[in-house]
Amino acid sequence: MKPVLSPSRWALVAALALASWGAQAQIKIAYIDPLSGGGASVGEHGWKHLQYLVEGINAKGGVLGGQKLEAVPFDNKGSPQESLVQAQKAIDAGVRFLTQGNGSGAAIAISEFVAKYNERNPGKEVLYFNYAAVDPVLTNDKCSYWHFRWDASADIKMAALTNFMKDQKAIKKVYIIGQDYSFGHSVRGAANAMLKAKRPDVQIVGDELHPLLKITDFSPYVAKIKASGADSVITGNWGNDMSLLLKAAADAGLQVNWYTYYAGGAGGPTAIKQTGLDHRVYQIVEWHTNVPAPDMEAFADAFLKKHGGASKQGWWYLRMKNQMEMFALALNSAKSAEPKKVAAVLHDMKFKNALGAEVFMRPTDHSLFQDMYVSSFGSGTKHDEEGTGWGWKTTTLIKAADTVIPTTCKMVAPS
Amino acid sequence: MLELILFSSLNGLLYGLLLFLLASGLTLIFSMMGVLNFAHASFYMLGAYFGYQISRWVGYWPGLLLAPLLVGGIGALVERYGLRTVHKHGHVAELLFTFGLAYIIEELVQMVWGKIPVDYRVPELLNFSAFTLFSTTYPAFRMFMLCMSVVVFIALLLLLTRTRVGLIIRAALSHPNMVGALGHNVPMVFMLVFGVGCGLAALAGVIAGPALVTYPAMAASLGPILFVVVVVGGLGSLPGAFIASLVIGLIQTFAVAVNVSLADVLGHVGITLTRDSIGGDLWMATVAQVAPIIPYMLLVLVLIFRPKGLMGDRDT
Repeated sequence: MKPVLSPSRWALVAALALASWGAQAQIKIAYIDPLSGGGASVGEHGWKHLQYLVEGINAKGGVLGGQKLEAVPFDNKGSPQESLVQAQKAIDAGVRFLTQGNGSGAAIAISEFVAKYNERNPGKEVLYFNYAAVDPVLTNDKCSYWHFRWDASADIKMAALTNFMKDQKAIKKVYIIGQDYSFGHSVRGAANAMLKAKRPDVQIVGDELHPLLKITDFSPYVAKIKASGADSVITGNWGNDMSLLLKAAADAGLQVNWYTYYAGGAGGPTAIKQTGLDHRVYQIVEWHTNVPAPDMEAFADAFLKKHGGASKQGWWYLRMKNQMEMFALALNSAKSAEPKKVAAVLHDMKFKNALGAEVFMRPTDHSLFQDMYVSSFGSGTKHDEEGTGWGWKTTTLIKAADTVIPTTCKMVAPS
Repeated sequence: MLELILFSSLNGLLYGLLLFLLASGLTLIFSMMGVLNFAHASFYMLGAYFGYQISRWVGYWPGLLLAPLLVGGIGALVERYGLRTVHKHGHVAELLFTFGLAYIIEELVQMVWGKIPVDYRVPELLNFSAFTLFSTTYPAFRMFMLCMSVVVFIALLLLLTRTRVGLIIRAALSHPNMVGALGHNVPMVFMLVFGVGCGLAALAGVIAGPALVTYPAMAASLGPILFVVVVVGGLGSLPGAFIASLVIGLIQTFAVAVNVSLADVLGHVGITLTRDSIGGDLWMATVAQVAPIIPYMLLVLVLIFRPKGLMGDRDT
């Protein structure tokens, strides 16, 4: 009688069994962000960040005594609908931790989806880590126990920016331009309200919304800004919408000061250099390459060397580093990869980040508070961005405790 | 204000002329072969990517010549071995063929050049500002785009109205069987027109690529607006396409500059509307905000009230 399996086949079966056991030991985190379309440049950049962080954690022995993390990419094309399709796909593939950051529209959709899913599937909960979507609604009216945000909300950022603008006496006319979706609306609302309160003398000469990530030529908008006579522009634009807006401004020779959220994102620094506006473009971030912190500088240098490529795009999301390090820590202290137990640890976690600064997760709305930096882009800095020779310089540091704002969140913790 | 009008006109004109480079080929192909080529904007994208690749190897200027020739060649091959084979199964098959082709080209481009925008640079020679008016500068490369488009338009016009080839093409537009009976190789004419149409689209890609963004979604974002141009201009009418291109280019650019909303207009006649009224944001949306959909409103209106289009001589 012939054996059912020859020895070599037995070996194959054993290898397959081992491989699948190995795969189960992986803790997967799904990266749901735009990897095609207008948001692809930032999505791709973020993906490199996540891979690099996961490699770093695994190289140090992984989590839970030897288990490895694994990042899996899912392309949501920047759309909320597609995000849900991809989130479902990830969950079907056995992923219990989702992360997303580019676009609050997608973030709100995912957060609501996760909340509903967890309600219907007790015992199979999924967590959503948001590293960059900052619409305040996510940690206020639409907050969820399963959603954790590592970035400061749009309101916190606008408060910091307008506090800085308050003392810039040269500002007379401000133009507000943003993307036509939930986050853009939030920025515009906050900018209008806070400017009115802090600088009633400033005139708002423009309040503009344009389609999200669809415009390839901002010249008509720049012509309009120019005609308005504005001396400053406030914008929450990100991705191509930021770099192309700056590029069009450079082409038209627009001489204004820029108060931005994301001018430092992929492609932004190159475009600012083209405008020739030396230390006149500001951004509000939790970190930039010239924040003095030896550990973080070494880390950012190593990333730039490995992933910078021809465009020399360096590290950008300290928030994602905080997120992944806190996630690893939470897994270890929960002694389990069970999302519900991990969430219970993250819920009120305090953490010392790579800058040596204290950050904390607020249990009432799962929003992380951290030091924020208003910084300007120009010459004479130690580290430069995208090979331009220009870099970011801190103008104001706002301590984490000073960024705390109230929340309307009424979080329902699971029983 | 004058400054805004002037620069909006320049920007609108430029956008319109670019549209025309694409629409001219599309409308000729349609009127001659009865095929609405869904993949037309994909050839524009191919032109931009080929131009980018050639510019990496030997500089921008060779790309300006080579990329359209290459893409034109590909277009001719697509007609000869693709469309002509599918033709016998009728127009629906042809339509679906070009539809599928658009997806295939997009996927191929993503595989070869990646999903994120490529760094297609303006040539050094033109990397300065052409002139400064009211303290706004206008890049030389944009002037170059403007001039190229005008030159191509004139060349196309002369080719069609002043040469024997043009004569045959125009005859084949309306009476293909008669032209064939006179001993001309009509399939050959079709192939040439398709190739040249694709080449023109590619040329638009090469001159628009560095100024706008060269990325895989560029075809999908421009495609729909081309059909608007062709329908508004009148199917098969070159002058119609020209006028429609400029009109749409200017409308879109100027719309961005207008901040009036329905609520403002109705406010003047004593009707006060807010975000909370029935209809909500509809009343508050400014013309600038709805700028991207204005061409489609135009499309709908033209189809209802003048199906022939501006200069066309048959119903859409």
